[in-house]
Amino acid sequence: MRNWLEQIGQFMLFIGQFFRSLLRRPLDGLETLRQTHEIGSKSLLLVGISGLSIGMVLAMQTSSTLARFGGRGLLPSMIAVAVLREIGPIITALVVSGRVGAGIAAQLGSMRVTEQIDAMEVAALYPFGYLVRTRILACLIALPILTIYADFLALMGGYVIMFFQQNISLKLYFSSAIRFIDLQTVLPAVAKTAIFGFIIGSIATFTGYYTRHGTRGVGQSAMIAVVLSSLFVIVADVLLVKLTLILFG
Amino acid sequence: MIEIDQVYKAFGAQSVLNGVALRVDAGETVAILGRSGSGKSVLLKCLVGLLRPDRGTIRIDGQEVTALSAAQLDQLRRQIGYVFQNAALYDSMTVEENLAFHLTRHQSMAPDRLRQIIYEKLQTVGVEVALHKYPSELSGGMQKRVGIARALVLDPKIILYDEPTSGLDPITSREIEDLMIELKKRMGVTSLVITHSLQSARRISDRIAVLYQGQIVAFGRFDEIAQSEHPFVQEYLAAVNLEG
Repeated sequence: MRNWLEQIGQFMLFIGQFFRSLLRRPLDGLETLRQTHEIGSKSLLLVGISGLSIGMVLAMQTSSTLARFGGRGLLPSMIAVAVLREIGPIITALVVSGRVGAGIAAQLGSMRVTEQIDAMEVAALYPFGYLVRTRILACLIALPILTIYADFLALMGGYVIMFFQQNISLKLYFSSAIRFIDLQTVLPAVAKTAIFGFIIGSIATFTGYYTRHGTRGVGQSAMIAVVLSSLFVIVADVLLVKLTLILFG
Repeated sequence: MIEIDQVYKAFGAQSVLNGVALRVDAGETVAILGRSGSGKSVLLKCLVGLLRPDRGTIRIDGQEVTALSAAQLDQLRRQIGYVFQNAALYDSMTVEENLAFHLTRHQSMAPDRLRQIIYEKLQTVGVEVALHKYPSELSGGMQKRVGIARALVLDPKIILYDEPTSGLDPITSREIEDLMIELKKRMGVTSLVITHSLQSARRISDRIAVLYQGQIVAFGRFDEIAQSEHPFVQEYLAAVNLEG
């Protein structure tokens, strides 16, 4: 229990250090962009397949139910609302936490146990800025972009099913899909993904940066990063949905 | 100059340093000799602020390390080159990038000048052929040399070597020792070398400090150490003689 409390306290200090690091030079803009590209390119295929599949499944599962109540025409809108508000952000965040979170934790963990981070520290190279700040910012930037990409593919997945079931045109599908979509639907969802990015980035870098006990510790850090970031993304989602409902109704 | 005075460090209930006191004069090379796990590396890490002593003072060129602000500590660290036991090269970067990273993070520099400095430093340690290779493509000896080149890249006044010859064959070990002697002659740097090899300590250092149970139990030139009556020093010398 005491160990857990210590970890939580250390994590809070780590977050504080991250916010202070935003004002410290060098800002490592190029490295942040490189990390963003790395995260994006690593996740593109997985996020794309997940988005497309979810859109198709959603269309297949709900079309017969809606047809029973004579509401088949509402299917594109229903898919769009479900995907944009909830399914796109959460699926993307979970895929990224598994794919990227584990990678970040393992990479930093292995740098810690092979003393590469110490080497940066003793040469006054500010490793926190170069290794931690850049990766958290990269997650924060990449998540909204990946989510928009996943949302688009999920909508396309839904269209593929509707095309085969009802031979609906792409124009009609999208005009119907965006009927109930407004800024109040899109903006909170995008903001939510940035928060998910921050959660994944901060937990993955924290577990990696403070890895101990050699290669066994590296594996443990990667595992803990995935478990904790997935868990906190889901818990944060509940709170953020509640907050969105309070703010926007 | 490095002055270590009554430094204590413990990890939980395990006491590692128990009042270490040591002085290294400017331009001098001191080897710290001791058994594995005797706290030699912990002492080195305390010197550069990677670990904080529980008690005692460490002064480098008159500056009290534990009392420095983060910015002041960074300033001091720029004057110190640290050679890690396993080289600790950045494995995702080439040798050239390893050195360039240390240079460009501290100062902006024209690419030609940057390349020239890197080449010169690699040439100094005899590994210029490894310029575009990754650390994983290098032998243990070459990795150590690149580690030394990286430590030299900012022209430090002090170099700390953490077991620079451990894990190397006798011939490569001797080459690294020759390199350290050469660097001292050429650059006049102050060096502190952690080792558990008496022969190595004798060759490369002006004075030897023997660390035992967290304390310096003997300190002086090799002949002075050889005459020490401390039981551990006697045991150490006897073990070396048996090996020899």
